[in-house]
Amino acid sequence: MERFARLYDRLDGTTSTNARVAAMVAYFRDVPAADGAWAVWCLTGRRLKRLVPSRSLRQWGAEAAGLPDWLLETSYQHVGDLAETLNLLAPGPEQAAPAPPLHRLIEERIRPLARLDERDKRREVLTAWRELAGTERFLYNKLLTGALRVGVSRRLVTRALAELAGIDSGLMAHRLMGDWQPTPEFFAQLLADEADADLDISRPYPFFLASPLESEPAELGPAGQWRAEWKWDGIRAQLIRRGGETFLWSRGEERLDGRFPEFEAAAEALPDGTVLDGEIMAWRDGPLPFAVLQRRIGRKKPGPKTLQSAPTAFLAYDLLECGGRDLREAPLDERSGRLEGLLEELAAERLFRPEPVDFADWDDLPALRATSRERGVEGLMLKATESPYRVGRKRGDWWKWKVEPYTFDGVLLYAQPGHGRRSGLFTDYTFAVHHDGGLVPVAKAYSGLTQKEIEELDRWIRSHTTDRFGPVRAVEPVQVFELAFEGLTRSARHKSGIAMRFPRIHRWRRDLSVADADTLAQLERLLPAEAGPA
Amino acid sequence: MVQDLLKPDAGGLYCAAGDFWIDPLQPVPRAVITHAHADHARSGSGAYHVARAGLPVFRQRIGKENDLESYDYGENFELGNTRVTLFPAGHILGSATVRVESDLGTWGVSGDFKRDADPTCDGFQAYDCDVWLTECTFGLPVYRWPATGEVIAQIQQWWQECAADSRPAVLFCYALGKAQRVLCELGRDELPGRIWLHGAMQPLTRCYRDQGIPLPDTRAVSEADKGEKYAGDLILAPPSAAGSPWMKRFGRHSSGFVSGWMRIRGNRRRRGYDRGFVLSDHADWPGLVETAADMRARRVITIHGDGSALAGFLREHGLAAESWNLRETLKPA
Repeated sequence: MERFARLYDRLDGTTSTNARVAAMVAYFRDVPAADGAWAVWCLTGRRLKRLVPSRSLRQWGAEAAGLPDWLLETSYQHVGDLAETLNLLAPGPEQAAPAPPLHRLIEERIRPLARLDERDKRREVLTAWRELAGTERFLYNKLLTGALRVGVSRRLVTRALAELAGIDSGLMAHRLMGDWQPTPEFFAQLLADEADADLDISRPYPFFLASPLESEPAELGPAGQWRAEWKWDGIRAQLIRRGGETFLWSRGEERLDGRFPEFEAAAEALPDGTVLDGEIMAWRDGPLPFAVLQRRIGRKKPGPKTLQSAPTAFLAYDLLECGGRDLREAPLDERSGRLEGLLEELAAERLFRPEPVDFADWDDLPALRATSRERGVEGLMLKATESPYRVGRKRGDWWKWKVEPYTFDGVLLYAQPGHGRRSGLFTDYTFAVHHDGGLVPVAKAYSGLTQKEIEELDRWIRSHTTDRFGPVRAVEPVQVFELAFEGLTRSARHKSGIAMRFPRIHRWRRDLSVADADTLAQLERLLPAEAGPA
Repeated sequence: MVQDLLKPDAGGLYCAAGDFWIDPLQPVPRAVITHAHADHARSGSGAYHVARAGLPVFRQRIGKENDLESYDYGENFELGNTRVTLFPAGHILGSATVRVESDLGTWGVSGDFKRDADPTCDGFQAYDCDVWLTECTFGLPVYRWPATGEVIAQIQQWWQECAADSRPAVLFCYALGKAQRVLCELGRDELPGRIWLHGAMQPLTRCYRDQGIPLPDTRAVSEADKGEKYAGDLILAPPSAAGSPWMKRFGRHSSGFVSGWMRIRGNRRRRGYDRGFVLSDHADWPGLVETAADMRARRVITIHGDGSALAGFLREHGLAAESWNLRETLKPA
């Protein structure tokens, strides 16, 4: 894995995007296919699951370093990355054996860990720590603890591979979608310069993502060249019918097949060679809150009770493949027309095409958008009628125009150190509102402050800590922040009785004192009238 | 209970038996200063006592007109009812630890110190004391320094890569101590290009040269020709220059930071440096633990930095250990 470790060093040793792409191109050009396949697998953020519990790693790490457990925990809190902490603490390698090639390390030393019992796992991991050094040991730990995020996005890896193969990056993105095994054959196919013939039938297309609209819609040009749709608050997904089978992929490229029998059954009637892009929604005569859908996400085999209390539907808004033909280059209007015909014929109750939003003029839209919350949607999507279905987040053709978020003023109550780039800084905050003469926590937020504010707040937290619970610091309730969020649902799991959707910090309100912060009662008014089944 | 010889005061330590302060951050009548970094040496006090080797740097930082006494390392001097001796701390040129002998026992006070060899200053010298007040800047076991030679080789290689690419290599480091140490270490080998200094480093580097410390030739960025490209050159600048308009002149460059903090990847990424080089003028964790043993003190007190982990660890190893927060004693101005 020495070669891969040097690639990592080069990627990590520059902040320049071009230099990173060049480093990857150089690496993939010469790397043996067996290693290359695993490198692609690692760099695109895939992970080996359930190898060794983190708790065991920490215990062995303390043991190997000759340190008490508490000191390893304190170190981990400081570093913010377990793989790195273990690498920094482990003693220098005793016998500096050359590290095996990446594919052998993973296939022969790492993957088999899953099958070993605790004692053999321990022996194997401690041996590896003794044999590996520096970056190699760090990467080994990274593979044990999860995904290998190394400062290159999947988009960047795709760009490097496309450049090397001499093909379009959209095609490369497609080749990297779905289920594939990191084999030498896969790597060879990945870099093949001809079009795809024998892609696996389950493979989804890369999703086309909308960008947030930052100007007035009128600036997009004539309204007649645009289509408006409601922005649904569900899970973006592709529903694929090929070779007599149905496949359902989330945008995070997770296979969801079998979890949503209500519309998957309907999909069986779709003609072979059909790919729909749309949204999985919790649905009963209309949209239900996202929190209802959440109860379905983890359920591999939902029972009748769950199906009854949290029913779902697939709202198809695009047709990517029809009759086995890739339609992505066709204009949206054409795809949409065909989609309409296809689904009318299907006449399924839980697999349908939502009607686009009817509007004649840009001036009609603000009033419609203002009805978003009562309709249970997040706002509007604006799509150019002539737009092809592009790859990834390309600006220009698809825009999302969300409603303004709700906001409230909360008091900083607890802080915890962050991870990765934010390690060692207090960046994970808990905010509270007034209730019954005290403060009750209602939101955790991690984002929204500038680096400068984060650093300033970090210093403040350190000098105003009133109590410590492990890594968590309680601070004097003094600082007030304006937080934005997308919605509220009732929750028995939270002390406040409410769960907040996507809270984030809007502003540090230095002008406000604790007395100015909001109350729980004020927030509760925003709960949906029919308080979804809790 | 026996009274403590030293107690936190004025952001530093006060010794009642000798009526003097060590490293006060606020003006006091009589101060013993361990070294010239701004978090230890401040102007405005009545009389100063420093190590002779540190005098020029100290004057440069604090001013010439002060009432200054200087001493050789190991030379005793009386202050009140105490006998004080300065020993080399190995931190920067002229840095010292302070031994205070009195009826209340012998106390050793580190300003900052390191145990690794440094060609620009005398190496740390251990001595026996009853109580050892240790700095604790890097007080966690993840802070373990690689060999200096290895890190210097990394810097050289990085500079060579930049030179091969005709780019400037901008290396951030503290202006006093670290800059001169890096220069001196680099100067032992052939250089791939010229070395330029940020203005803040000019006078301090001159102090080092004047004291006979061999440093390679440097130029002042402030005296560069208009349109200078700095291609393949090395520029040393203080961290405060990072991201400032001053950096514009270097165009497409690669940046590095030399500091013990670079041991942690997140620290480097957060600051946006291309490269981090792990070289510190402070003791690493093993250095802190070993020094506590070498001083043969029965009681260890951490000052400067978060010492809770070190104190806890030492307690588990049978020492009386605690942490003092000197900053808390700063009086509002």
